[in-house]
Amino acid sequence: MHIVVMVKAVPNTAGDERLDERFRLDRVGVDPIINQNDEHPLEVALRLAETIPGVETTMLTMGRAGSWSGLNKGIAAGINKSVVISDDALEGSCALATANVLAAGLRKLPFDLILGGLDTSDGRAGIVASTVASLLGLPFISRASELSIQDGTVIVKRLRDDGYELLQAPLPALVTVTQTVGDLRYPSLRGIMAARSRSPETWSLGEIGLAAEGVGTAAATTSVVAVDPPSPRPPTRVVSGDPASAVKEIVEFLAERRFIS
Amino acid sequence: VSGAIWTIGEIDDGRLLPSSAGVATLARRFGAAAGREVVGVVAGVEPGTAATELAAYVPRVLGVSIPADDGWLTPSAAAPVIARLVAEQGPSHLLVPATPGGRELAGALAAHLGWGVLANAVDLAWDGRALVDTVIFKVDMRVRSTFTSDHGLITVQANVISPEVLETPGVVEMVDAPNLAGSTATAAVRMVERVRVPAPASVEGARVVVAGGAGVGGADRWPLVESLADSLHGAVGASRPPVDAGWVPFSQQVGQTGKSVRPDLYVALGISGEVQHRVGMRTARTVVAVNNDPDAPIRQFADLFVIGDLHEIVPALVASIQERAAR
Repeated sequence: MHIVVMVKAVPNTAGDERLDERFRLDRVGVDPIINQNDEHPLEVALRLAETIPGVETTMLTMGRAGSWSGLNKGIAAGINKSVVISDDALEGSCALATANVLAAGLRKLPFDLILGGLDTSDGRAGIVASTVASLLGLPFISRASELSIQDGTVIVKRLRDDGYELLQAPLPALVTVTQTVGDLRYPSLRGIMAARSRSPETWSLGEIGLAAEGVGTAAATTSVVAVDPPSPRPPTRVVSGDPASAVKEIVEFLAERRFIS
Repeated sequence: VSGAIWTIGEIDDGRLLPSSAGVATLARRFGAAAGREVVGVVAGVEPGTAATELAAYVPRVLGVSIPADDGWLTPSAAAPVIARLVAEQGPSHLLVPATPGGRELAGALAAHLGWGVLANAVDLAWDGRALVDTVIFKVDMRVRSTFTSDHGLITVQANVISPEVLETPGVVEMVDAPNLAGSTATAAVRMVERVRVPAPASVEGARVVVAGGAGVGGADRWPLVESLADSLHGAVGASRPPVDAGWVPFSQQVGQTGKSVRPDLYVALGISGEVQHRVGMRTARTVVAVNNDPDAPIRQFADLFVIGDLHEIVPALVASIQERAAR
């Protein structure tokens, strides 16, 4: 059985990112890490590999070849193989193109189950996994909090605000998982050593059968028009000092604004 | 006639999700700015009730009834039907709530239509093309984007626009799902079981949210957050660390991966205010934060920032509020 986990390299500076002169996220000189929400599906893949004999796990990403060092974490934790789709032509690709690239990469890989995270810390759109599933014509289940494989199907527990749903889909299928499945395990010393000597398979656009004209800035479906600084907000009233006087000030503030009588 | 603006109404248990009403309200303003018709679309097994509910906000609603064997559909399974309708009727832009289900739908529609997606809009404008505003980074930089063609999908951040009903409700037209061939894969998701459990009050739509962060310090201290929420008649929220630590259910998480809220009052206890949290509560009208770190980022967007130990302050604050209430 083959499990592929889609991951994204993101800057490790959430919130402090810079934009370049073309209003794109400036990734130069910023140390990339695995997107936090993509660590959870990696952990799910490793757990399935522990309980089901013969599971092969692969990480798939699109990005600069150099961005891989931060992604070694998955290999160190026990993921068998990594594939990075990297091509200069991909610079400036929109979400739809990204999904097209990942889908093309997946067509070249054996898979029974594809896993992904809920969203990324840089783009935050949370749509790419669903697009990939529809492009590949796969059943899609979002937001798994638990997941198991049974008789050629995947069974997913999905949390709702008022309980949960148990959903089932035939394999192959694509499932996104939430943080509630747990964090990616710490790598063993052996894993860390192994990851050092293992480099990813790197595929170019040509190798996944896509033309450069269909991706990158020129083919992007969206573009940034302007970036404006935040609108000014009223000054912050700062309270410090002993707790009793702080409480008095909070109560006065809440009463002023009529949150308490 | 140029293409209409469609606003998608999301169904849950046969009813319209409240966040769809705010999105529809924004769609109306957007349509007025663009001089285009605005149409609501509700697609599902039994869309009638939700379509009527959406018609309170838009002049015309299409209720698209899609048959399903077990009476239930994923957004991905509804997507090819909506895509077919789009091909038939030619709208230019689709607005979809940026909720879990809405994101799934928008992603699937992007695949079926080959349209671009702009995500998490907080406002929309028109200058001959769609202008989509989103907010990024800790400091609320506003990014204005557009589509490189005359059509696109827009996910709208939930709970940033207050719903406004029409004086006269719109009309509902029921549409039978177009006959579709070859879209069986997504329909293969089956619901085995639906289990309901008692849940804490929802942070979405709450007038007051009292949220705790890592600074609360432990599950045994979490009742502090709940006690202040009780005394202010508010819902209990959380940043991500308390959810990951299991002090509070995922349903209460506010932020990028959790809920987006727009309360009149947001109280942040021991929350530093990283951007992932910020994006979920930035439209709160009043923010009060208590933190022992004078440089916590939340200081920059709090109306009242209290530097101090929440474990000392909160019990005294609750006592003081209760005392006033008893007067």
